Formats: sequence, C-alpha cells, structure tokens
Amino acid sequence: MAAYDVKPNEQVHPGKPVIVDRYTVGARINHWITAASLILLALSGLAMFHPSLFFLSRLFGGGQFTRFIHPWIGVLLFVSFLGLFLRFWKANLWRPEDGTWLARFRDVLSNHEDNVPEVGKYNAGQKLVFWSMSILIIILISSGVVIWQQYFAAYTTIGHQRIALLVHSIAAVAIIGVWIIHFYSAIWVRGTIPAMTRGRVTGGWAWRHHRKWLRELIAGKPNGRSGSNPAE
Amino acid sequence: MTNSWTDIKNTDLVVIMGGNAAEAHPCGFKWVTEAKANRGAKLIVVDPRFTRSASVSDVYAPIRQGTDIAFLLGLINYCIQNDKVQWDYLKAFTNATYVVKEGFTYQDGLFSGYNEAKRDYDKSSWDYDIGPDGFAVVDATLANPRCVWNLLKKHVAVYTPKMVERICGTPKDRFLKVAAMVAETSSPTKAMTSMYALGWTQHSKGSQNIRAMAMLQLVLGNIGIRGGGMNALRGHSNIQGLTDLGLMSNLLPGYLTLPTEKEVDLAAYMSTRGFKPLRPNQMSYWQNYRKFFVSFQKSMWGNAATPENGFAYDYLPKLDLPGYDLLRAFELMHQGKMNGYFCQGFNPLQAAPNKKKVIESLSKLKYLVIMDPLDTETGRFWENHGPYNDVDPSQIQTEVYQLPSTCFAEDDGSLVNSGRWLQWHWAGGTPPGEAKRDTWIMAQLYLRLKELYTKEGGAFADPIVKLNWPYADPGDPKAEELAQEINGRALARVTDTADPTKVLAEAGKLLPGFAALRDDGSTSCGCWIYSGCFNENGNNMARRDTTDPDETGAYSKWAFSWPANRRILYNRASADLTGKAWDPSRKVIEWDGTKWSGYDVPDILPTAKPDQVGPFIMNPEGVSRLFTRGMMRDGPFPAHYEPFESPIANPIAPKVRGNPAARVFEGDMAQFAESASQEFPYAATSYRLTEHFHFWTKHVITNAVMQPEFFVEISEQLAAEKGITKGGWVRVWSKRGSVVAKAMVTKRIRPLTCDGKTVHIVGIPLHWGFTGAAKKGFGPNMLTPFVGDANIETPEYKAFLVNIEPVAGPVA
Amino acid sequence: MFPPLPNPSTTDTAPRFSDKDLIRRSASTVPAPEQQLTEVAKLIDVSKCIGCKACQTACIGWNDTHPEIGLNAGVYENPADLTPDMFTLMRYSEWDNPETNELEWLIRKDGCMHCADPGCLKACPAPGAIVQYSNGIVDFVHENCIGCGYCIKGCPFNIPRISKVDHTAYKCTLCSDRVAVGQGPACAKACPTQAIVFGTKDEMKQHADGRIKDLKSRGYSNAGLYDPPGVGGTHVMYVLHHADQPELYSGLPKEPKISPLVEAWKGVTKYAGLTILGVAAGVGLLHHLVMGPNRVSETDEEHAEELTEGKNDGRV
Repeated sequence: MAAYDVKPNEQVHPGKPVIVDRYTVGARINHWITAASLILLALSGLAMFHPSLFFLSRLFGGGQFTRFIHPWIGVLLFVSFLGLFLRFWKANLWRPEDGTWLARFRDVLSNHEDNVPEVGKYNAGQKLVFWSMSILIIILISSGVVIWQQYFAAYTTIGHQRIALLVHSIAAVAIIGVWIIHFYSAIWVRGTIPAMTRGRVTGGWAWRHHRKWLRELIAGKPNGRSGSNPAE
Repeated sequence: MTNSWTDIKNTDLVVIMGGNAAEAHPCGFKWVTEAKANRGAKLIVVDPRFTRSASVSDVYAPIRQGTDIAFLLGLINYCIQNDKVQWDYLKAFTNATYVVKEGFTYQDGLFSGYNEAKRDYDKSSWDYDIGPDGFAVVDATLANPRCVWNLLKKHVAVYTPKMVERICGTPKDRFLKVAAMVAETSSPTKAMTSMYALGWTQHSKGSQNIRAMAMLQLVLGNIGIRGGGMNALRGHSNIQGLTDLGLMSNLLPGYLTLPTEKEVDLAAYMSTRGFKPLRPNQMSYWQNYRKFFVSFQKSMWGNAATPENGFAYDYLPKLDLPGYDLLRAFELMHQGKMNGYFCQGFNPLQAAPNKKKVIESLSKLKYLVIMDPLDTETGRFWENHGPYNDVDPSQIQTEVYQLPSTCFAEDDGSLVNSGRWLQWHWAGGTPPGEAKRDTWIMAQLYLRLKELYTKEGGAFADPIVKLNWPYADPGDPKAEELAQEINGRALARVTDTADPTKVLAEAGKLLPGFAALRDDGSTSCGCWIYSGCFNENGNNMARRDTTDPDETGAYSKWAFSWPANRRILYNRASADLTGKAWDPSRKVIEWDGTKWSGYDVPDILPTAKPDQVGPFIMNPEGVSRLFTRGMMRDGPFPAHYEPFESPIANPIAPKVRGNPAARVFEGDMAQFAESASQEFPYAATSYRLTEHFHFWTKHVITNAVMQPEFFVEISEQLAAEKGITKGGWVRVWSKRGSVVAKAMVTKRIRPLTCDGKTVHIVGIPLHWGFTGAAKKGFGPNMLTPFVGDANIETPEYKAFLVNIEPVAGPVA
Repeated sequence: MFPPLPNPSTTDTAPRFSDKDLIRRSASTVPAPEQQLTEVAKLIDVSKCIGCKACQTACIGWNDTHPEIGLNAGVYENPADLTPDMFTLMRYSEWDNPETNELEWLIRKDGCMHCADPGCLKACPAPGAIVQYSNGIVDFVHENCIGCGYCIKGCPFNIPRISKVDHTAYKCTLCSDRVAVGQGPACAKACPTQAIVFGTKDEMKQHADGRIKDLKSRGYSNAGLYDPPGVGGTHVMYVLHHADQPELYSGLPKEPKISPLVEAWKGVTKYAGLTILGVAAGVGLLHHLVMGPNRVSETDEEHAEELTEGKNDGRV
C-alpha cells in the first residue's frame, strides 16, 4: 500500500524532542489565506444574515462595502481552497482505520487516544472537516454566484435566486459550524497550531495523534524513498 | 368642434372613427371616460388598427383605410331602412324637404357635370329648385321624388351591410352591431358624439368623410345638442386658431375668403358674398359679411382704408388659382417658380408627402428661412444623414437661415383648443439662447421691409408702407396688443342700430363683440369671430372660473369660446319647433315665449321665433344641408371613392380611380401604384402615437425614452407570410421611396377581406427623423403619394400601397 | 370625476408624516407609533387606462431620473422593463378572449404595490433601508441601502431594481414626498383619464366598487378589485375587468405572497442558524472545561525519539 499521505519534502529531524515537518511554507500560506477568507466571509456574511449582527459590517467600512467585498472574498476563498484541496485531497481519502477511529470517537473526545487505531496524516475527524469544507464551498460559490446581484442577477430567475439564498445561508451556517469544530480541535489538541504556523510538530505530537504517518515518514526517511513501504 | 371637450361627458354614445382620441388626444379623452363612468355611455371605435382607443371601447369594428364614406353611408342607409330617423328634427332643421333642380344626377360614381380632362365638375345642376318668389322650393311631405331626402335615400341605397363588408372589410355582423347602437341615438333623448381627426381629413376625399358623418348626425338629430355634435380633434394645440385666423392661402381671418383676380373691386367681391336668405325669415348671418370684411381692412390699414378706396381692397393679394396650398407650393418650387420660402413653426421635410420631391424642391430654392424653437429636419434638409437623409450637400445651393424662436411655454398669448376656446397662457420660462418670440421676428422683418419700400419704393409699396402698426414698441408688439387688435375697437362712437341712443362703444374703446361691427369704417377688428375675447371687461381668455350651473359642461366663465362665448354651435337645434328642449335633461337654451335663454349663449337672434327662424343661421336656408349644393368640389353628396392607391378597384364604380375631382399634378399620377398592384400589395396607413407629438417631442429625452425608435406594425399573418419576426428589421417601400424600420408584429392588426381579396395592413407611425434625441428614423412621407383632398388639399397620408420584406438592418 | 387634490400651499408646512410614523423598519425594530395614520392607496383602474405613459413621464420628471433612450423591441413597453430610473411601466398584453372571441388589449401600469406585508422589507438585511409608514407607504431609504438585492428576492411582484451607479435599490415611493405635503403621486396627477386616483384606502375601495359595477354592466362579470390578501392587502390596487385571471395582465400574480423560501430564510434559518452556531461554540467550550486539552506527553515524545532512532519499530 502506498504511503499516500507522505510528501517527499516532509522530514523527520531527530533530536529532543524530535521535530517533524508537517506543512510546507506554501501549504501554510495557502491555509492562512483560506482561513482569513473564511473568517472574513463569515463576518461579512453574518452581517447580512442577521440584523443583530449587522454591526459586523462596520468592520468592512459599512454595508455597501460589505456587500461589495463579500462575494469577492468568496472567489478568493474558492481559489485558495482549491489549492488546499489539490494539496490535501489524497491524504484525505477514506481509509479502513477511519471507520474504527470514528466508532471510537467517544475515546477521542475523552482524550483516550490509546484506544483508537493509529492513523495517518489525518484522522477521520479531520477528513470529515476537509470533505465538508470542500462540498460546502462548492455549494456556497455556486449559490453565491446566483445571488451576486451586481453581475449575475440577469442570468437566473428570481425563483432560482430565492432557492440560492436559502441554500447559501444554510450552507454558510454549516460551514461556520464546521469551522468551529476545526478551530476548536486545533486549540483542544495542543501542539497542533505550530503545524500551521511553523510548519512543524513534535515527534510526540505525531506519535500521539498520527502515529501511522510518523511511522511512514520514518520508514521512508533513510534513503528518502517514497515508493512502497511494507506496512503491517 | 361644434361642441366642446367638456361637453363630451354628456353623451350616450361616442364614435371614434377617423381618429384615435385616446392616443392623439389623451387629455381630451378624459371626457369620454367621464361619460362612460358616469352615464354608462358606450364607446365605438372604427379603425384599421385596434388602437389604444379601441382598448377601452365597448365595440371595435375594423375598417380598411379610405373606405369611411361607404361605412357612414351604410349607417345612413341602415337608419333609413330601419326608420331610425329623428323625423321632426330632420324635417325642420335640415334641407331634406328641399327640392333639387332637374338635371342633377349621380351615375357610375360621377355626379352630373363632370369634365374628365379638367378633373372638375360644372356644378350648376347641384342646386335647389328656386321658386318664383326667389326662395327654394320645399316639400314638407317629402313626397317629391326630387327632394333631398328621396335623392339621399336613392344615393345611399347601394351601401347595404353586404356592400359595406365588401368595400370596408368590416364583417357584416360587426357593422350591424355598430349600426344598431348608432341608430338608437335617433331618439330625441339620446345623443351620439363623433370624434374625428386626421384619420378622416388626410384622404383625397377627407372633407366628404366628415360630411358623411355630419349628415348621419343630422339624420339622428344629434347636432346642436348636449353630448352630440361633430367634434374635430385638432392636431396641434393651436391648429384651430390657425384656421380661424385664416392662415390658409385662400382665407382671411374669420373664414372670410381672399378675393380672386376676377373680383376687381369691393363691389364685385361682395356680389358673390351677399348670402341672400333662401327661405323666408332666415337670419343668413353671412349677410353681415361686409361688416366683418371692412372691419378687417380697417385693422390692417387703418386710416389708409377709406370708403373711397374700397377700404384698401386693392391692397389685398388676389388669387389667380383656387389656392396656394402646401402641395402647390412644393410643386411650384419643384418647377423652379418659387424661389424663397419662409417656414414658421413648420417642418415640411417631415410633414409633406413624397419626401424625395420635397428635398428636390427645397434644393431649388434660393433661400429658406426657418423660424422654429427646434432644430428641424427642414432646416437641415441639405445635410447628409446616411439613409435617413441621403443628399449631396455640395449639390445644394439653397441659403438656409435658422431663426430660433420661443415655444408656447416661453411667451404670453392665447391658444385656441379644438372646442374653440381661446385660452390665455403666460410665459412659464425664459427663452434659451438667442430664441426670440415669433412676433418680435416678424416685427423686425416688417420694419426692415418697410424701410426698404419707403426708401426705394417698388411696384406697389402701399400695402407694406401703409400697414397699420399701432404697437407701443413697433419692434416688439405685445401679445395683449395683438389680442386687442384682433378683438376690435370702435374708431368712432358705435350705437345700437335699433336704438341709436344706446351706445355700444365709444370711440377708441374695445368692442364688446362682433355684433358691434359696422361696414362704414367706424370699427376695426382683426378677426370677427374672436371679437369679445378682449373687451372692456378685460382679457376674457384669461378667465379661470370653473362655475358650471347644473353641471352642463358649458363652463361659460372659463376662457372665451368663439363665437360670442358660445359653447355649443347651432344650440337652437337642441329645442323643438315650440322652443322646448327635445330632451329636458339636455336643455341648452329654451324659448320662454319672448326670447331664448339658458345655459349657453343662444346661437340665434334671442328674439327669433322658434317656429320661424331656423337654427343654422350661417346658411341662407336656415337649415343644415344633407345636400350641399355647389359648396364642395367633388359632389353635393359624399360617394365612395377608393384612395388613389388602393388594393382593390372601386366596387361601386370600377372605372373611377381615386376621387375624380381631386387635383393631381402632372407627373405625380405616374408615381401612384396601380389599383390592386402586384408590386405593392399591402395597404399602408400613417398615424401618430401617444408618446410623441409630431416631430417635436423626439427632441425631448423623456418622450424619446417612451418611444425611442421607428417601427411599423403588421399582423401576425403577414409576418408569418413574409418571415418577419417581432422586433426584427423590415424594409417598407412604395413607388416613391423606401424606409427601414423595426417590425411590431401584433394581433391588433388583422388582415381584412375586401371584395373577396385578403388585404394586409401596414401601419406606419410618423414621429422619427434625423434630428433630436430619439434614434434616427424615417418618416412615412418617404412613401406617401403627392395628392390631397379635392376641397382643401390635405395630403392623402392615410391610405397608400407598399411592399414589405425582412432585412438585416437599417443600412439598406 | 374623482375630485382632484388641490394644489399645495406655497408656504412651508410640516410634513404630514415622518419617522415617528414608522410601523416597520428593515433589520431593526421601531417603537409603536403614537398615532395610526389613515391608510392611503392608489387605485389603478385598468379599464380606464389608455396606456398613454403619462404616468411614466410624470414619474421620470418628479423623481428626476434619467432612463436611457433604448431600442424598439417590437413591443410598446419602453423601457423594456422597470429600471432603477423607471419606477413604473405600462405593460401591454394582447389577449383573445375565448368566451367572446374579442381581442382585448390589456394595459397595466406596473410598479410597487406597497404591500401591507412587504416582502422586500422582510428580506432586507440593512437596518432602516426599507421602512413602512402607518399610512401604508413602503419606502426605500437610500443612505441605508447596501445594494444586496435581497429586496428583489423578497418582493412577490418583482419590482425593486438595483442601480449600477450608486448600487442601491429603487422603486416607486408612492411619491411619499408629495403625499407628505398633501399631494397625490405624480402619476395620478398626470393621468389624463383618472385611471389612476389617489386617496384613503377606504375611499379607493368605494370608488372601485362603482367602477366594478360599471364594468359588470358592460358584461365583464368577473370585474373586481385586486387587493391581494396574501400580502396583507396592498396600497396600490387595481380594478380589473378579469379579476379572476390577473395573470392576463402581463403576469400580475394571482395569489401573491412572500415566497416560502424567503419566509424560511428570514424565519427559521435565521434563528436556527445562529442557535446551531452558538450551541457548537458552547459545546466546544464545555468540552474544554470538562475534558481539558489533549496534550502530548513526555512518553509520546520519547516514543517518537525511539522510533526516530530506530530503536524499535515504534510499536508499543
């Protein structure tokens, strides 16, 4: 079986503690652009979603600019996320162990990871976040275009636009929910954030949360081979 | 109008035929909606197109353009056949009972006395039998086969519902439905009003179209009453004023006529204008002609008009031809016989038929002067505008002067509406740029001409040099001064003819009205019918009192209605021979045993006994004319003639082409498509749209937004036949020219079946040109034939032949 | 004749209604007004309308808009549709009445209906961009408008249009500025046949009754008033000859109401959405408080070191 989630430039640096490369600079920049877009979208979108949050439009210099910038940020998010998707989609393909992991999610929540199977670069939770994001962003960009009054109003009927509005708001709620999970997990699982800031995690973190990935990295390290690796 | 706009609210039945009041006169049309909403009045629309008027009608009847006379004579025939005649009215107030001379005939579409070479009639047989007492012979029993009524019966008998359908294309059942509704108004308690406009006048038999309806109204007893009448909807806000003031080449103000060159002196002129009563006791009001004429001469030449010189009779131009109408003027230019042209508030390049001929004519002028508030096409006839005005400026030597003038909202003055109301208006804005009032321009022009004539003399300088010019600032006469001059002044004390102790006006004072005019030179008056508009009571045209006792619609204290502030002409006919109103609910005036009085100014001598003096006081008979003697060039009765360009031959008189008495200039006949032409198979008509006013409002952005671009209207059937799509481009061409337009494909135009043949109609609105804010476009006068009405030469814009095809775009 | 309103006084007078009379304000709440103004209405009698477009030109004039000079598309509608510069539009529909075999040219003046339950206001996310006065007038306040176009989706009649110039929404104001000084709308003033009249809603209903009787007497047995209850009634009403088939009049909706999609979006979604997000955040917080962070232990690091140094295969 291919070490599907090991990238050739990911290195394990021996030492105390061991340092493991998790994300390249490109991936990190890509991530943070996506993250910023999503947050700005959430803020501007929420401003236009619920009257009690309209004050958020002030962050963007008022309602008019909020209305103007929101869809453009959406385009940015879409493009940016497309980058992430191309980088990460393989590593997020579903694996047999993911099912088991998910089945033992209660243990995950109670910090008893010893009871769950070893996972690769991403666990099932992360994969679900990834795929949810992917699907929701497609929904959001397509419904968003339909309701992008300034340029696209003429191409659809008002009936379609009403459906798009409803879909867009439900998808937006969903994606913010997914984001909350993503964001909380990053805080909850300590040692995660440096993966996206410095691009590195400690060996212990990798051992604890993505042991299979660590093994694969190490197994592939001596001669940097990326070919098949007799696992199990 | 015999009645007024406000009076239309009193009607029971509105017939809009030869017009499209809702579109062309939307503001006046409000009185139709009032009649409908408050009286339950019905509206009938007869038109080749289902117009916006038709959209609010109760009954719509389609008709082929140019066949109105057949339809109307069909209605008269229906009324006669079904005994729907207001007999008492007919016998007392029309010439139905008058006996016509032996020798008068009508056969094969021609009346007696026709001269084919001259295209004219010897009208001597078209008259009454005059008895030994000098009066016309009448037969109150209507038994005499030569009385007007029996001649009329015979004349209209051919116009059966079937024949109407055959000529007009109006389905028989639809015609009968209209006829039944119209005939109901023969009841003395029902009124029908006729609202018409250029849809009747712009034909080679336009005057007879109107006569036919007038005759129907007389048969039904609908003239002179509230809610009745013949109501011409005038096309410009002041076109009524134009005719009143005699701005026609053969008229003087107040419907006086210009002398002909055969009338060498005043006596000769007056000899044919004596209007001796044709029946005993009749007023024959034109007997006062000399008073009106002399007073007019005094207003023109003041002290230079003396009894000794026939009140400056020689100063008047004398006609060598029946008239120098628009068509003749352009014909003369075309022949190189007219070298200069003053064009004041007129855009003939768009308005005159056969644009190609108009351009050729204007190109032959030495100079052309334009006085207009707008940058008209005529002022730019020499400029190349691609297909819209395809001329070569280097080949045109005409010197063009454009003198910008003010528009109505920028100066004081009066406008005469269709209902003969002279309404004063006040300047609402300042003229832009160098724009000057027309009166200023004319005065400046006159003063310069006068100076030249004074200095250099000339063949006959007197009419110019001695013109009465009494204005405070000779270079800038004021509207009030002109209005007072038109109203008239006493030049010496004027007293009542019956009671010399009663002073009507002291010398120098404004005259109270035309009853004070004298023929001895003691009064001056610019236009007798307007006398009373600005008298010692003040400017009556500026009155804005909406008082209307019993809501009769007269509004007698609003503005001034000529003549004598009378709101309904012939209003004496609203009462029977005892002087009681035919319909008490429609009382206008009544006889109280000693005099006439009521809501309106009586249109009769107030002391004239009802059983003696007829209501139609302008006629020497005192009655109205179903048979019009020799007054019209083309016949004492209307008869159906096809338009000069017609999709079928005349079913009644197949050999007669067009109106046999209409003038056709040499060379123009060759430019008519033949009858039932294969080359030009479709019947076209031109018209106006409510969004625009003629060629003016295309200069206004808002109006241009409302109707931006030239189009033609055709039926779905014709579109399918020709492969024309809605909103696509089409080329429409006649024997004289070609236009390119957008196609409006509509259910509102439907093919008609006439004489067994399918006739497709092409509708062409006329508002576009090559100046202004709207998209450049063509006018229908690229296509229309150069021929006019037999009597007044109004061009035949409403019926001609074209062909049509889809094209790619306007550059054709 | 319906008595025309007298001309306004030339002296300054206080407006007849103001912000104190708001009963609804988009994306915000307003205190209940102290007094209830008499409801006004514009009645458009389609059977009296001659399609002259005087209303359109008056509208352009009064509101000082500048629609572009367009093209002819083979129809009488000009401009082709409502625009940010054309708040009202005559729509023309040619209909062969199958019952009478007569052609009818049905002409309707389209524009804002001033619904009692305005969908535009419901959809609007910008506080105070759309307001409703207690006299029934629904007005757009341009300085508050963000140009999102939600009002268009909210409107059951497809009326508002967003300007490409200032990116705010425009529609008929019922000439609120004229009504505020005792005048009727400019279109009603210009209408030559009184097909458009303006007054209190009760007066208009009464006037409509008379018109409907007249139409019934002329054989239009289904003549009636269009004051659709689905939007709580409107302050622009029509007299229709065929009130049973309003769609004939260039698609006037038969039973207009705010779209259920819009209701769902502005109703349950809005509240449920925020609730879900709040709950999600709360659960996270609670989890953190209860379970605490998931930390990497020393043992983990050691395992990693061992694995890295190849001491074992990392299996424990």
